[in-house]
Amino acid sequence: MTIDLAIIGAGPAGMAAAIEAADLGLSVAVIDENPAPGGQVFRGVERAGGDPALGADYAEGLALARAFRAAPIAWHPATTLWHLDPEEGYLSLDGAPDLSARRVLLATGAQERPVPILGWTLPGVMTAGAAQILLKTAGVVPAGRTVLAGQGPLLPLLAAQYRRAGAPPALILETTPRGRRRAALAALAAGGLWAGRHLLWKGLGLLAETRAIPRRRGVTGLRAEGRNRVERVVWEGGSAACDTLLLHEGVIPATHIPMALGLEMSWDAAQRCWRPVTDAYGASSHPNVAVAGDGAGIGGWEAAVAAGHLAALDAAQRLGRLSAEERDRRARPWLALRRRALALRPFLDALYAPAPASIPDATIACRCEEVTAGQVRAAARLGATGPNQMKAYLRCGMGPCQGRLCGPTVAALIAEARGTTEAAVGLYRPRAPYKPITVGTLARL
Amino acid sequence: MFALRPEVPATVEVFVDGAPVRVPEGASAAAAVLLAGAAAIRETPISGAPRLPYCMMGACFDCLAEIDGVANRQACLVPAAPGMRIARQRGARVAFEA
Ligand code: FES
Repeated sequence: MTIDLAIIGAGPAGMAAAIEAADLGLSVAVIDENPAPGGQVFRGVERAGGDPALGADYAEGLALARAFRAAPIAWHPATTLWHLDPEEGYLSLDGAPDLSARRVLLATGAQERPVPILGWTLPGVMTAGAAQILLKTAGVVPAGRTVLAGQGPLLPLLAAQYRRAGAPPALILETTPRGRRRAALAALAAGGLWAGRHLLWKGLGLLAETRAIPRRRGVTGLRAEGRNRVERVVWEGGSAACDTLLLHEGVIPATHIPMALGLEMSWDAAQRCWRPVTDAYGASSHPNVAVAGDGAGIGGWEAAVAAGHLAALDAAQRLGRLSAEERDRRARPWLALRRRALALRPFLDALYAPAPASIPDATIACRCEEVTAGQVRAAARLGATGPNQMKAYLRCGMGPCQGRLCGPTVAALIAEARGTTEAAVGLYRPRAPYKPITVGTLARL
Repeated sequence: MFALRPEVPATVEVFVDGAPVRVPEGASAAAAVLLAGAAAIRETPISGAPRLPYCMMGACFDCLAEIDGVANRQACLVPAAPGMRIARQRGARVAFEA
């Protein structure tokens, strides 16, 4: 049986698309690696949606998850897509029977930008997003001295949530360079202030809530130290004892599947990341594949919800259930919602622009194969012109994560060593299986 | 070092490297390892360095562990279930030893 629309990922974009598509009479299947809907932003929302420590924004995911559960769709949790043939619309799955679909929507979201510092592989160092997932899914908080380091809207949010949960961090180390605030405010003054006021207001509220937590601004030279786990965090001009170090430098689209499919990608200079090229409805360069949500460019959950509805409307039009005029008419409120949700982006992008790589040679770039930044630089000077050749030199990107964690770092190091740009260097070209699978799964083919 | 918020009931008992630990429903096997205070969930195949879960969202593979006898599972994507046995994965798996 061939269904109309297969949606990969049950975050805000995937849930919204499923609800809209089912409402339009499409047959829909949704798969997600996780056991429950929500994506990363609403991870565990059915369990913890009412938790005051997590805040009102998180609680908004509850209504979305409930509507998703009520929608007449096929839902396949704990299921991994390991191969997609977009021509045939054939999805090879681990955890559920394979699927055939007329159209595929990738709503695979974002991942945190890797933060390659000395000592980032030590136990006790993890991402701020990972720590937030522990809080949402299991009510787990760090014990002992917790240090939050990096930049981006997640850091003050997590600090506030920990404070409300009775486990405030001991220290916040902000890596945003001094003087950035002024440039960002100029971007804000240029537009977006009024349309984005509700988001700005929330951000200011979080800053006020976490004012009592000690913080250092303009931190550089960050590194984690310790013998068998982190014991200290050190920066240019200071250090502090530390039991848990939580790193964050913003989020980037998860490009693994779009890259493996060969979708046309473009370099987003403002957010320093790759994103698939899409039209206003999320249609990609492949006629059967769309991308919606943060996976198509970082915009946050409200923009992702709008994008999910838009992609579903477009799917219905392409499958002959809706005229183009009707699609465009129904799209109007979602386009307006997305515009509002994205109004603050130029400000956030300017404020939290990641600093270009100044990574010490001894830093591990590829966590799986334990390849250092110095090795990557040396190989780049020897003649490895891009990430794909680098695999042959050093095996980086060939471990179990398949380059998800080292891809951006390796590309930035090659660009630096060869005096060119990340846009010119490109990314790893991943191949199926998108995640490691067992011989047993292969044998069932 | 992690702890459970006092108001969260820990109802699921799992075993981390043989030691019992109680975790709330909804926790992943990786969360159980962190709550158990284990020094590592795996040791890397290259240098044998200890690792604990890093991303908790299925991207980094630093949470690879042996769960109920099956090696190389992403512990952050596996929900903890009563009686589950989570064991540290040490280095590369050896296919043949002379
Ligand atoms: S902790 Fe990163 S994949 Fe599980």
